[in-house]
Formats: sequence, C-alpha cells, structure tokens
Amino acid sequence: MSTLIQHNRGAAAARATGTPALQSEAELQASARRSRSRNRTWVWVGRIAVAVIFIGGWQLLAQNKILDPFFYGEPTLIWDSLVTLFTAGTAFGSIWDQLWVTVQEALFGFLLGTIAGVIFGILLGSNRYLSNVFNPYIKVLNSIPRIVLGSIFIVAFGLGIFPKILLAAVLVFFAVFFNAYQGVREVDQNLVANVRVLGASPLQVARHVTIPSAMTWIIASLHTAFGFAIIGALVAEVLGAQKGIGLIISQSQGRFDPNTVFACMVIMAVVTLGAEYLITLLERSVLKWRPPVRSDTQAI
Amino acid sequence: MGDNTPKRTPVAPGVADEGAQIDIVGLTKRFLTPKGQPFTAIRDVSLTVEPGQFCAIVGPTGCGKSTTLAQVSGLERPSGGSVQVGGHIVDGITNGVSYMFQADSLFPWKTVLQNVMIGPVLLGTSKKEAMVLALDWLRRVGLSGFEDRYPHQLSGGMRKRVALAAALINNPRILLMDEPFGALDVQTKAIMQTELLGLWEELRPSVLFITHDLDEAVALSDRVVIMTTSPGTVKDIFDIDLPRPRGDVQTLRHEKRFIELQTQIWESLRDEVQRAYQRTTGVAA
Repeated sequence: MSTLIQHNRGAAAARATGTPALQSEAELQASARRSRSRNRTWVWVGRIAVAVIFIGGWQLLAQNKILDPFFYGEPTLIWDSLVTLFTAGTAFGSIWDQLWVTVQEALFGFLLGTIAGVIFGILLGSNRYLSNVFNPYIKVLNSIPRIVLGSIFIVAFGLGIFPKILLAAVLVFFAVFFNAYQGVREVDQNLVANVRVLGASPLQVARHVTIPSAMTWIIASLHTAFGFAIIGALVAEVLGAQKGIGLIISQSQGRFDPNTVFACMVIMAVVTLGAEYLITLLERSVLKWRPPVRSDTQAI
Repeated sequence: MGDNTPKRTPVAPGVADEGAQIDIVGLTKRFLTPKGQPFTAIRDVSLTVEPGQFCAIVGPTGCGKSTTLAQVSGLERPSGGSVQVGGHIVDGITNGVSYMFQADSLFPWKTVLQNVMIGPVLLGTSKKEAMVLALDWLRRVGLSGFEDRYPHQLSGGMRKRVALAAALINNPRILLMDEPFGALDVQTKAIMQTELLGLWEELRPSVLFITHDLDEAVALSDRVVIMTTSPGTVKDIFDIDLPRPRGDVQTLRHEKRFIELQTQIWESLRDEVQRAYQRTTGVAA
C-alpha cells in the first residue's frame, strides 16, 4: 500500500520536474523489500507492546492491590519462583527431573494416541460397514468427560507413569481419530477410481491415495493433539503422582502459592511451543506438495 | 478385485497392442437414491466399438454417459445386460483400461514424474524401468523439464498433458475419457484435441469419449453415439467418414463435410437437449 503511494508520489514528482518516471526492476524490488521489512518491524513492535502492556499492567494492578496478589500472583514473583524452581529445585528433586517425567508422559501418550487414532480413523473411514457399526459408540465415548477416566486409570494402575500416558493417549486419540476419519472420507473418488482401473489392490489404493490424502487432515490435528497430550499428562499428575510438573502444581495449590502454579504454566507453555515448532517442521516436509496458501504469499 | 484376463505388462511405446473390441448389449443400470427409491440411470444401451475405433458419446446432462463408462471399466456392475471387452464378459476391473476424467485426477502429492510412473508401478514394473518409460512419455507430451514440479505448479493444459501421459503409459487397449477437456479454455482445448489425435493414431487403443461438445465429438471420432435424456439409452449412431489422419482440429472445423455431419447430428441431439433443459427448469415437455 504505502509503496504504491510512494510510487505515485514519485511519478507525480517526475512529471512536475519533466523527467520521465522510470522505475527499474531493481528499484521496484528494493522498494518491495524495504516495505516488507518495515511491515515486519511494525508487527514486532506491536507484539512487544502487547506483552509490555499485559505483564506491566498485571504487575501494576497487583502492586497496588487492585488485583489481590494472594490469588492472582505477580509477574516479578512468578519470575522469582521460576528462578527458585530451576536453582533450588523442588521438594521432589530437580525441576529437570519433573519436567522430563511430564514430557515423557505427554510424548508417549501423544504417540500412542496418534497411532491408534490414525489406524482406527483410516479403518473406519474406508469401511462403511465398520463405520456404521461403531458410529454410535464413538459418539458416546466422545461425549463422556474423558478427563474423569484419569481417576480410574490411577486407581487401576497406580501412581506411576503409565496411567498418565493412558490419559494423554485417550485425549489425543479422539482429536486425531476424527480428523483421520474425515480425511479418508474426503478422498477424491476420481483418484481412487483411477488407480483401481490401473489395477491397484486395496492395499495399493491405501498407500497411494487414501493415506497421503488423509495426511493433510491428520497433520492438522497434530497441533491440537499435542496440546491435549500435555493436558492429559498434567491433569493425571494433579490427580495423583510421585513426580512431574502436575505434582508441583497440586502441591503449590495446597500451599496457596499461585506464583509457582503460574511458573509451571510458563514452563509447559515453552515445551508446547517447542513441540508446535517441530510439528510445523514436520508439516512442511510432509506436505511440501501443497500449493502455498493465499495469505502466505505476501502481497507486495 | 478379480482380474479376469492375464496380467498386463506395460509395453515400450510404439509397440502398440491391438485395441480391444467393446460390445455393450442391453446394458441397464439402476441405483438406489438416498431415499431408497430405485433410479434407472441407463436402460437397454447397446453399442459396439470396433478394435482401435474412436467412439464419442454425446448427450444431454445426466443421461448416464459416465455410468456407461463405469460399467465398461468394471468399477460398477451392470443391473442388466452385459459388457464384453475383447470377447470377455466384464466382471471386476477390466484389464488394459485407462480412465481420464474431467477433473485432473492427478495426485497432488506426487511430482509430475511420479504421477506418470504410477501406471507401470501398479503393474509391478521396477521403479527404474517405470521412470525411463515415464520420462519418455513426458517428452512425447512436451513436458520434458517439468518432471519435478507438483501438479498445482502447472497450468490446466499442462496438467491435462500429464494426465494424458499417465493414461497412455500402460499402452491401454481401451481408453475411457469422461469429458477430459471439458474444463479447458477454447484454445487449449483445440491444442489438446490435436495432440490426443496424434497419440491415438500411434497407439490405436479403442476409445470411448464422453463429451457435451458436438464439434469435439465430430472432429475426433469415427462414430458418434447420441444418448437420450434419463433413463439414458442410445438414440442414434452416426459414422463419421472424415479421412484420417485429421491433422489440426481447428482447420477441420471449416471443412464442408464436417459442417454437414455436424448439422445432421445436431438435428438428432437438439430434441434431447431441449427435453433435458425443460426437465431441469420444470417446464412440461
């Protein structure tokens, strides 16, 4: 936009002075680059402003007792407890130990849930009979509050790592399952007909058409699925654990220590962001065949 | 899927197999609508395509042209009557058939080369041989240098060329084309038609070609079949005696014999088109 205005201005100026308004290819490119980097700078300025206003406002309100820091914590104190967590450790050992346990649970739960979700999704998506049989049960399972299953898993399997993996996997499963199922349903029937006419076996149809086509949907679901895995692991730890970030959270809750709870939230947010980044990398490499999305191609 | 005839093998281009004869006798296909009502898409369709013949099917929208093709390919089973290909009754996927749809039906996640390779690969040809074949076919359709592109990076005409190469690479005895050039602009369409004729004259598969475009049907085929509105059945069959090779499709259009045939066939088609139109607009016929 602004470049356009500039060009017009340049042209006007050129007309005024009587010289032809010649804009070489290089000039156009340079000005496009400038406007792009300017845009990027402004986005970052905006982002930082939002953070400063939010955290600064919170700090001010808490210091002036408008927000009771006893309940809502205080950014500086959250920072202090973060430092304490990483330097002095926790009552149950170093913070790295706790974090590793939670990440492990989330990771295994994520893998288990994803694999099961993809297999069942593709199976039911490509078989109308199976899908009709299981349809009501899946709806029922999907509508029950699955978090409560955590209590049952802990009673059944104890305080170890396994029930956490299970709860995370259950949460992940449904997110992935529905997407895989839908993905298979959306497969272009022309493509299927095409390879079948060329002599493809059902397995070859799955390999060459169904799975790659459903992959778009499956990968899209992985973003939310990893969030679910973290939630599953944390909630199961809060319900009962011997190690893990969830345990720190539930202990801090008992000690009326909101700052440590927030500190744990910050830690898990960093982990999730990291995982999100990795999933985006995976998405890019698996789906590199996709046409660029309109909004991605920056209009200059 | 029971293959009814011995396994095909992709042959080196140029060494053409005979096209297979297609005999459609009293073919009827009924579907169940979602409401559970039976619906007759085609009724008592009979037609013969001689080996190596180019046969076009023309008819109003929704007259069951695509349904007819699906029966020939073996993707669907007829409710009545039979389809024979090369003397064998079709039950299960017919051997030696390639399909080309109006939509590109290219794999968006495969490169151009991989898209063309899929035919031989599905027949169990080694990757290496399939690649050599595919490269040769890409050259023949004028797409050398585009092997590593993805379909979305190509123009509509280029995508059609890829689809054409992918359909012909297995040297099919039968080529089924369902409005393959329907979505192209007029100029690209004419170029693709000329190219198709050139490749067909080399390989000589039997072709069943569905189209709405009467000019296209007359320009390309040896025989034009007119179908009635639903339930579809054969109304008229015209033999096109324009000499081959026909060369450029666009110049062909101005020839006297072409115009004669076109006018003659249009007389037959017009009633059907009008009836179909009145039906969709709700006017009593």
